[in-house]
Amino acid sequence: MSETAHTRPVRFRGGGFAPKPNRKIGIVVFVVLILLAEIGTRNGFISALTLPKPSDVLGTFAELYQSGLLWKHLIPSLSRLAVGACLGVIVGVGTGILIGLFSHIRAGLVPLVAAIFPIPKIALLPLFVIWFGIDEGSKYALIAFGTFTPTVVATYGAVDNVDRGLIRMGQSFGLSWMSIVRKIVLPGAMPGILSGLRISLAIAIILLVAAEMLGAEYGIGAYILEAGSLYDLERLFAGVVILSVLGVLVSAAIGLIERRLLNWRV
Amino acid sequence: MEIRLNGITHAYGDTAVLRDISLAVPSGKIVCIVGPSGCGKSTLLRLMGGLEQPSEGEILQMGDAPSGCLNPLTYIFQDFALLPWRSVRGNVSLVLEDHNLPKAEVNRIISDVLARTKLTDFANALPKQLSGGMKQRVAIARALAVNPAVMLMDEPLSALDSQTRELLMDDLIALWTRTPFTAIYVTHNLAEAVRLGHSIVVLSRRPGEIREIVHLDQPLSERHFGDATLEERQHYLWSLMRDEARAADAELLDV
Repeated sequence: MSETAHTRPVRFRGGGFAPKPNRKIGIVVFVVLILLAEIGTRNGFISALTLPKPSDVLGTFAELYQSGLLWKHLIPSLSRLAVGACLGVIVGVGTGILIGLFSHIRAGLVPLVAAIFPIPKIALLPLFVIWFGIDEGSKYALIAFGTFTPTVVATYGAVDNVDRGLIRMGQSFGLSWMSIVRKIVLPGAMPGILSGLRISLAIAIILLVAAEMLGAEYGIGAYILEAGSLYDLERLFAGVVILSVLGVLVSAAIGLIERRLLNWRV
Repeated sequence: MEIRLNGITHAYGDTAVLRDISLAVPSGKIVCIVGPSGCGKSTLLRLMGGLEQPSEGEILQMGDAPSGCLNPLTYIFQDFALLPWRSVRGNVSLVLEDHNLPKAEVNRIISDVLARTKLTDFANALPKQLSGGMKQRVAIARALAVNPAVMLMDEPLSALDSQTRELLMDDLIALWTRTPFTAIYVTHNLAEAVRLGHSIVVLSRRPGEIREIVHLDQPLSERHFGDATLEERQHYLWSLMRDEARAADAELLDV
């Protein structure tokens, strides 16, 4: 067979399927979208009723900051978020571990959690007000309840995925039950628990607005709802941006914890 | 300490895995268990260490464990079973933490076993940084740390490449020669069996029964790679197993 006639380099077919982190592109997407909105609203292509000018939103935000109202709204919201989410996550992780470890608890609680999960927690707000009072109690409860279910589901899934070989190893060396849970099950479930936390905490931020629908004078949610009912788009967007930033910060914090705690992952 | 099995029969549901196994593992000797795949050799090992209960028969440990023994029956697993989030030192200390030993004693044991397995320089490395052979050495160090009376080894070298396997076999022989330990060594690799076994138990295909027990008198330290007598024993073992292995391979698995 002639060698020259059919000699060609082997076609490259590999590569891809391996996303690499690149922060710059994310920022560029934000900047481009905001610039488009700014240009559109300035030349009238987008009507003032559809979207506020990004620069006006920034102005409103600056005003909010200068008047000191920003902190007045932010601090109660953050404390509601912290208390509610902590409650929900702690109880959720605990319940998830119990479901992961004991067949009876699993048999009893998994259907219950499945039944609670799809209930829009906002719908229960009136009930929560009766149960926990119109003050902070009902707000904590709503956020806690909303973060609880996704945390439970993520946690018991994560416990199920802990390598049984490692647990057998622990048993074969005569480790106590507590040691096995503390030193093998919990760290082994940590990746799953943390990725579940990303979802639960985002849900907590969503529910913050719902929690502040009733009887809240101050709070980002209250601020947004008030702006919404007055159709004050600049203030509405200023509030929404705060929530977005909050979400990004929470996600970044979990990313940081993951890098710290999960550096053993391959 | 000796291990004795009396009429062990085991079944998973309707599938009989082991049938009427009686066996004595004498103190200070290595007993290898070989057999075609799926013959229940790993199950037998799990039964011996109390990780599973046999359907019938009894497993006895005869004699007391030596003093200073923290975990008489200690496993070495095929997949190493190291905690990926703990360093080499942390993995060894895991098995000592429940025994309320004084801190100095724990440190002494850890340094001693890491030195014996030539891992001193890697004490702070995480498992992901180690090669397969090093990971298994960590698992061996962890097993040595509890000063076991009997080592239960479940295909400890099967996940390693053949060069690493040779090196680790030499390590195991050196460890045994220094302080003879009792071990049950499950493997499908006949070369390993003839290098490490004082006696070799050949199991039939499922349900596993003892077909023959082959004794090797040559001292471990005199068995070398490519030794003619060992080759001959290995051929003999293979002749015992070949038809069984073929039949086992052609079986459908009902799992």
